[in-house]
Amino acid sequence: MSTLNNQTEQVKEISGVNPLKCMKCGKCSASCPSFNEMDIKPHQFVSYVQNEDIEALVNSKSLWKCLSCFACVERCPRDVKPGKLIDAARQIVIRQKGQDYLSPNEIPELLDPEIPQQLLVSAFRRYRR
Amino acid sequence: MQRIGVFVCHCGTNIAATVDVAKVAEMALNEQGVVHAEDYQYMCSEAGQAKIQAAIKEKNLTGIVVCSCSPRMHETTFREAAERAGLNPYMVEIANIREHCSWIHKDVEEATKKAVILMRAAVAKVNLNAPLKPGESRVTKRALVIGGGIAGIQTALDIADAGYKVDIVEKTPSIGGRMSQLDKTFPTLDCSACILTPKMVEVNKHENVTIYTYSEVEKVSGFVGDFTVDIRKKARSVDMDKCTGCGVCQEKCPSKKTLSEFNRGLNTRSAIYTPFAQAIPNVPVIDRDSCMKFQTGKCGVCSKVCQAGAIDYEQQDEIITEKYGAIVVATGFDMIKLDNYDEYAYSQSPDVITSLELERVMNAAGPTKGHLERLSDGKAPKEMVFIQCVGSRCSDDRGKSYCSKICCMYTAKHAMLIRDKYPDVNVTVFYIDVRTPGKNFDEFYRRAVEDYGVNYIKGQVGKVIPQPDGKLLVRGVDLIDNKQILKEADMVVLAAAIEPNPDVRKIATMLTASIDTNNFLTEAHAKLRPVESPTAGIFLSGVCQGPKDIPETVSQAGAAAVKAIGLLAKDKLMTNPCTAHSDELMCNGCSQCANVCPYGAISYEVKEINDHGVRETRRVAVVNNALCQGCGACTVTCPSGAMDLQGFSNRQILAEVDAICR
Ligand SMILES: Cc1cc2nc3c(=O)[nH]c(=O)nc-3n(C[C@H](O)[C@H](O)[C@H](O)COP(=O)(O)OP(=O)(O)OC[C@H]3O[C@@H](n4cnc5c(N)ncnc54)[C@H](O)[C@@H]3O)c2cc1C
Ligand code: SF4
Ligand code: SF4
Ligand code: SF4
Ligand code: SF4
Repeated sequence: MSTLNNQTEQVKEISGVNPLKCMKCGKCSASCPSFNEMDIKPHQFVSYVQNEDIEALVNSKSLWKCLSCFACVERCPRDVKPGKLIDAARQIVIRQKGQDYLSPNEIPELLDPEIPQQLLVSAFRRYRR
Repeated sequence: MQRIGVFVCHCGTNIAATVDVAKVAEMALNEQGVVHAEDYQYMCSEAGQAKIQAAIKEKNLTGIVVCSCSPRMHETTFREAAERAGLNPYMVEIANIREHCSWIHKDVEEATKKAVILMRAAVAKVNLNAPLKPGESRVTKRALVIGGGIAGIQTALDIADAGYKVDIVEKTPSIGGRMSQLDKTFPTLDCSACILTPKMVEVNKHENVTIYTYSEVEKVSGFVGDFTVDIRKKARSVDMDKCTGCGVCQEKCPSKKTLSEFNRGLNTRSAIYTPFAQAIPNVPVIDRDSCMKFQTGKCGVCSKVCQAGAIDYEQQDEIITEKYGAIVVATGFDMIKLDNYDEYAYSQSPDVITSLELERVMNAAGPTKGHLERLSDGKAPKEMVFIQCVGSRCSDDRGKSYCSKICCMYTAKHAMLIRDKYPDVNVTVFYIDVRTPGKNFDEFYRRAVEDYGVNYIKGQVGKVIPQPDGKLLVRGVDLIDNKQILKEADMVVLAAAIEPNPDVRKIATMLTASIDTNNFLTEAHAKLRPVESPTAGIFLSGVCQGPKDIPETVSQAGAAAVKAIGLLAKDKLMTNPCTAHSDELMCNGCSQCANVCPYGAISYEVKEINDHGVRETRRVAVVNNALCQGCGACTVTCPSGAMDLQGFSNRQILAEVDAICR
């Protein structure tokens, strides 16, 4: 339990998000272009963090389907920034892999026609030093 | 040498749970002048007051300190108790050990220490107190109401019915406010004009009411009971006494391209206009910015066609100066601007409208004569989407933090009315919560769902995308089904947040009335004095104080009237004796105090002064005690230390500071 708790704190710290500000309006999910590809929806990112279930976020499809377009961050009326939560969960996964966040050699393996181009670009921007 | 009594209140456990009250009383006995100290469960109770009175008499006390709640709660109680025991009420000081101490601290030892310090400061001050005697001021038996919406109208009617004179100042050419723009009203769905116009007529006919429309308050001076107000009556360019209200001028006026304020810019009006058919007064005004005669010198058509000879291009603004005992603010609200919400395409498509615009569209006198149609192509809509909470309940910097309170109900009203009149139109409402507390309100909303088949979806809309074919693609979410929804709509209606009329800032400054961070006027006490401003003699009516529907506005308007009547019914008011006075010998006539006085209470006299045997003519400051409100701005400004406040002298304040730092 304590490691889970730890992960929750990590997600909050990395993202700078206070999940308690969410009023569950769903505007984030209404704005998300990848909504249909996701198993856990953007407004649920917030409740998963509230419930300290980072494990589920880490293992979700959403982790890789989020485009980091930050439409949800832009439109959230409560300034919650749900996109930053999934981003933080992603960072935790990447950090567990060590310093090499993403190497170009891994790309062909990851390539899958389903993955949006923007995700790769965004991943490169974020996970390469 | 004073003989001081200190009384420490437990306030049940409010104070006693955090502050060692017995210790505070015990410590008091060490202070200069203290000859009596005790603690008691409820000092404000009859028994508590009796203890104070008994001690005053038995121990010949010359001053007392009550360590209790904020002076805003019980200063008057204790002053009156002291007075009944023969002590001058200004020999009473309160040490606030509740709001300033027990309520905000947890640690008993620390809190007790602080309570002792607060007690000490108050004792130090009483040591220097002197008896003061309040003066008297007169009450002008006339009230001013600023704003002629339903709130202002109701307040004016109630004051007038009680037998007092009332003037209404309304900025626009007619009274009526937002309610005159509404089509039908929840929860009973009666026509807004049908219930509003009888009130407008009644207030217009009332012998005690004078209405100044197309007018604004320009200057306010004076104080409770005796305000002097300058009202600017803008030139109407039409003689109110001659005009018969026939309307020929408006028909014939060739300048017809100005956006109609009344119809929220959805259609145009002529340069000479009455905002709506039932306007009161039914006398048009010439909008000089759009009138060709005023802009180019050529035209004068209205003057030629007016049979009554009422058009007067030479008319000037008029300043009316009047005295009032009480002022009621009723300046109402507007919808927020939607510039920050481009995701809803308000500025991109004429078919995305606000709820207030929809009221005009549904109204028989509106831009579409009451037909529900798209403003882009005049086609009847088949799919309508309503979005609630646009710009309300936001903690980002785009919107308002509060719930606008009326939009859940009016959206249910709009949805229901549309389904009733156009059963083939599908209506979808996206909501975060449906907030419908109020008598018969939730039943009303449920009727929209159950009897009228309005499709309520729990979730927000993320984006409205105008399509090449003129449709509006709405992307929202259904949080119950956890599905994103894509819907083609013909019209989208935004329940935009409401905000106080921006003018209120100016008005509040003139009245020295306070406003909150959202520009709503602040009440003197959120629970116990909800219709009074903290500034004496200023009362609050309607949405200028906070979001309200009509029933709530009318109740509050009546309450504000009662408070104003209570004031007007008095012949004299006791004035605060804690006013400023200047020491002639020290004053150097620099004028700094007069510059900072918000009440204009300071003037200068050239006087012959005997300064230690030297006779000199000097310019010195003189305070008008009737005008001075004791704010103390002058005393801290005076560079020579000549200005001082009775009851709060520099010596007293410094003694308090010393006691705290001891
Ligand atoms: C779309 C919509 C639908 C609504 N539907 C309903 C409904 O169905 N039922 C219901 O109960 N409520 C409804 N309401 C709420 C209702 O409109 C308000 O409760 C009511 O109008 C408040 O009245 P008021 O007098 O406080 O403010 P207002 O109606 O805004 O009146 C204020 C007046 O003060 C004037 N004024 C402003 N500043 C100055 C100044 N500086 N000097 C002089 N005059 C000034 C304004 O011109 C205006 O005439 C609705 C509101 C909206 C927006
Ligand atoms: S938009 Fe913001 S407030 Fe609304 S559900 Fe998403 S995170 Fe919560
Ligand atoms: S940042 Fe991710 S979760 Fe947020 S809207 Fe974009 S794709 Fe969706
Ligand atoms: S003078 Fe001005 S108001 Fe009169 S008819 Fe001409 S344009 Fe209209
Ligand atoms: S009244 Fe309803 S629609 Fe309006 S802000 Fe409050 S919750 Fe939202």
